Amino acid sequence: MSAPRTRTIGDTLLTVDRISLSFGGVKALTDVSFDIAKGEVRAIIGPNGAGKSSMLNCINGFYHPQQGSITYKSVKRSQMRPHEAAAQGIARTFQNIALFKGMSTLDNIMTGRNLRMKTGILAQALHFGPARAEEIEHRLAVERIIEFLEIEHIRKTPVGRLPYGLQKRVELGRALAAEPELLLLDEPMAGMNIEEKQDMCRFILDVNDEFGTTICLIEHDMGVVMDISDRVVVLDYGKKIGDGVPDEIKRNQTVIDAYLGVSH
Amino acid sequence: MFYREAGQFKTSYGRDMAVFPIAQDRIAIGLIVAIAFLAVPFMATEYFLSSIMVPTLILALAAIGLNILVGYCGQVSLGSGAFMAIGAYAAYNFAIRVPELPLLVTILLGGVVSAMVGIAFGIPSLRIKGFYLAVATLAAQFFFDWLFLRVGWFTNYTPSGSVNAPQLNVFGWIVNTPTEKYLFVLGVVCVLAVLAKNLVRGHVGRQWMAIRDMDIAAEIIGIRPMYAKLTAFAVSSFFVGVAGSLWAFVHLGSWEPLAFNIDRSFQLLFAVIIGGLGSIAGCFMGAAFMWILPIFLDIALPPLGELVGWKMDKATVSHFGFMIFGALIVFFLIVEPHGLARLWSIMKEKLRLWPFPY
Amino acid sequence: MAFFLEVLIGGLLTGVLYSLVALGFVLIFKASGVFNFAQGAMVLMAGLALVQLFEPTYIGLWHFVGVGALSAAVVGLLVLRTVRGGTFAAAKGDWRIHLPKIVAVGAGLLGGVLALAGGAKGWPLWLAIPAAIAVMVAVAWVVERWVLRPLVNQEGIILFMATLGVTFFIDGFSQTLFGSNVYPLNIGLSKDPMFLLEGVFEGGILVNKLDISGGVIAGVLVAGLAVFFQKTRIGRALRAVADDHAAAQSVGIPLNWIWFIVWSVAGVVALVAAIVWGSKLGIQFSLTFLALKALPVLILGGFTSVPGAIVGGLLIGAGEKVAEVYFPVVTKFLTGTAMPGGVEYWFAYVLALLFLLFRPQGLFGERIIERV
Repeated sequence: MSAPRTRTIGDTLLTVDRISLSFGGVKALTDVSFDIAKGEVRAIIGPNGAGKSSMLNCINGFYHPQQGSITYKSVKRSQMRPHEAAAQGIARTFQNIALFKGMSTLDNIMTGRNLRMKTGILAQALHFGPARAEEIEHRLAVERIIEFLEIEHIRKTPVGRLPYGLQKRVELGRALAAEPELLLLDEPMAGMNIEEKQDMCRFILDVNDEFGTTICLIEHDMGVVMDISDRVVVLDYGKKIGDGVPDEIKRNQTVIDAYLGVSH
Repeated sequence: MFYREAGQFKTSYGRDMAVFPIAQDRIAIGLIVAIAFLAVPFMATEYFLSSIMVPTLILALAAIGLNILVGYCGQVSLGSGAFMAIGAYAAYNFAIRVPELPLLVTILLGGVVSAMVGIAFGIPSLRIKGFYLAVATLAAQFFFDWLFLRVGWFTNYTPSGSVNAPQLNVFGWIVNTPTEKYLFVLGVVCVLAVLAKNLVRGHVGRQWMAIRDMDIAAEIIGIRPMYAKLTAFAVSSFFVGVAGSLWAFVHLGSWEPLAFNIDRSFQLLFAVIIGGLGSIAGCFMGAAFMWILPIFLDIALPPLGELVGWKMDKATVSHFGFMIFGALIVFFLIVEPHGLARLWSIMKEKLRLWPFPY
Repeated sequence: MAFFLEVLIGGLLTGVLYSLVALGFVLIFKASGVFNFAQGAMVLMAGLALVQLFEPTYIGLWHFVGVGALSAAVVGLLVLRTVRGGTFAAAKGDWRIHLPKIVAVGAGLLGGVLALAGGAKGWPLWLAIPAAIAVMVAVAWVVERWVLRPLVNQEGIILFMATLGVTFFIDGFSQTLFGSNVYPLNIGLSKDPMFLLEGVFEGGILVNKLDISGGVIAGVLVAGLAVFFQKTRIGRALRAVADDHAAAQSVGIPLNWIWFIVWSVAGVVALVAAIVWGSKLGIQFSLTFLALKALPVLILGGFTSVPGAIVGGLLIGAGEKVAEVYFPVVTKFLTGTAMPGGVEYWFAYVLALLFLLFRPQGLFGERIIERV
């Protein structure tokens, strides 16, 4: 966070336009609009139950909003399934870690490359030949990620046995393996100690810097949010109550009242 | 002390991906295969080959198929007996209706038909999960039991309902004696087991496991649930179907639908559990256990009963066998839900360090 | 028309019996999240215990004494626990630590003597039924202690497979002990045929009185269970356990005790099913296969719904009887050749499977909102 960062923030990558989502009678999101620009770190904040995770679920196609639209890479999407969103370059991590517990770190990250692996099932059954070449090619890419995240030592460990912080890191690795254009991070630092948070911040900023990946994250730690994000959206009770650069948000009275507490 | 991997460095990812990365393992498995092909046929009795080795190998193949579905893809099936039956009857119908087909093709076609039916019965898995699916697979079991029993076309209208396998002619090699049958089955099972291992360690295998461990997350990282589940159903049913046609053609010779009833499904499921969910090698151990234990009990129980003055007839022995099976299943699940395969790998882990505790 | 109605009503009444078995499944699933495949085996076990106590001549006097002693010991222990409370802390060396053993042995001896006194005549129904319940309680205890407790917090699928093991064990155990003959059970439910609506149709509609009494018994049972689940403290604890084992434990619900109770209740339901089925067909091993029919009922009704089990059972029962009778006729009409009969064998499963495609959570199941 200390090094000067030189990046280009480009045009709009994704626009969320007046989205509403409800489950039965419960309104999770009401009329929310915002956009994410190419190359930026965009944060979504808000109290618990504000609809932040629901927002991410809408963006990657897991929930289908009843109203409103999402425009991604200038294509307006109607309903789509999560794997279609993934195919278009949207990857994510989860609030409650959603790793494949029975598989090793390596295999977990390899699954992140599944969209790029093309050999047919018969070739894979034979193994030798194209399937093997493809496997090795992607293994190289995965090893680069493993090195980047500094998790070489747990390569072959089943992820179910790893401590929480490392699991979060593996999950980030799995998302990165897809080489996404838009990376959605749902509370990447929840439950971590200071050092782990610092590591995670470093990884997020490095990803943003080195690969130019656009990042949209949900986070409760205000220090982190204000430090690493370019712009912040604030949700409360499913409505947007603030949007702007961190300094604006810090001064926004509605946000302070609703979220940070009046005494601030 | 002899089981050490020190000094064995992998210098490429290709080497690191090997099924048996440790040299001693490679030597051991090579020896086992060599003994199975070269020594067993000459040393074993005919009874041992035809009543123990052949059925165990075929059951192991079926267990591999079921394990792909249950252990790797996490879709519980109670209908694997039906898919064995489909393989058997499909191969039979190909054999009598298109007699010019070579035997190997007929058997593989049995697997292909089974795979196609497997896809059809896999479709519900796209909407339902877990126990609901398990019960749905029972539909396959009961429906096909009935179909092959009642609809005469499938059995070529044989009045007794029992059908006979054609002569086993593998490209001119007449498979007749127990030794020949054993070698034929061993060859087919070895090839298919290697293919299965390649699949589960490859890209599609990872997709299956991802669906098994967390289907929602799998979909979000781009795995198509339909593709992953239906390929698992297809591949699984193919293996089970081929096993079914081998069971009918090579092991039984003549058979009726009863050979593939729900008891067979449970037998396979237990073989998978005892051998180890998500392990190909475990399937062999599980199948051997499931096939050999009842034979052992048949021999061992009556004398034991005599000791306490209890004359056991055949029915009692089989009931007692049920009890022992039930207890063992529970025991295995409690002690090691990952079965014999996991116990084996724990043992190897210990051996690597022996004589030091850690 | 009269014939169709007769088939339909016959089917509905068979459906009631399916419902009875399905109910046992639902209870355990609702209360412990365990899909209990062993329910069918428990029906067999309950039936054998009852028939042994009620008509000891079928199998043998010494079996009778054994079952009688076992049931008495269970009752003794339950009474002791009620008197003394759930937990009992005693100092080392205190003789009262051995109280359960003393009570069990004493009550067991008493039960054995009672059985000998009953002799070949067996016990009267008012004694035999509670004793059979006590046997099922013992089964519940064994299952809880030796199967569920070591598997706490395992995935549902592992628990399911464990109940498969239990099924095999009980099937093997009861047949080793009691043999595999058919034991007719006659506890006084009338089996006479009866004619309904004689004014409307010529000859009326033939109905078996036994089926009617089965329906009434099932209704009473369901009402009782509904009250038990919705109105009692134990019912609430049960629902908590079903939701999350660890969370329930953390608020002080004694998991083991709850499981024990649920399996005991399922044992009682199994006994009721055994009484009705047994009066109709005799107590025999094939009861466990009939219990498999309860699975499609569950799918139709939803795994967690008591009314679902009832409605599902009726639908399946009626559907398969109608299909059995009309399938060859309909296929002949449609294709020109009559398909063979025996569709009863699979109809329920295929119906359930098709139904699943349209409504995966069953008729009364709750729709699950998935979260990540």
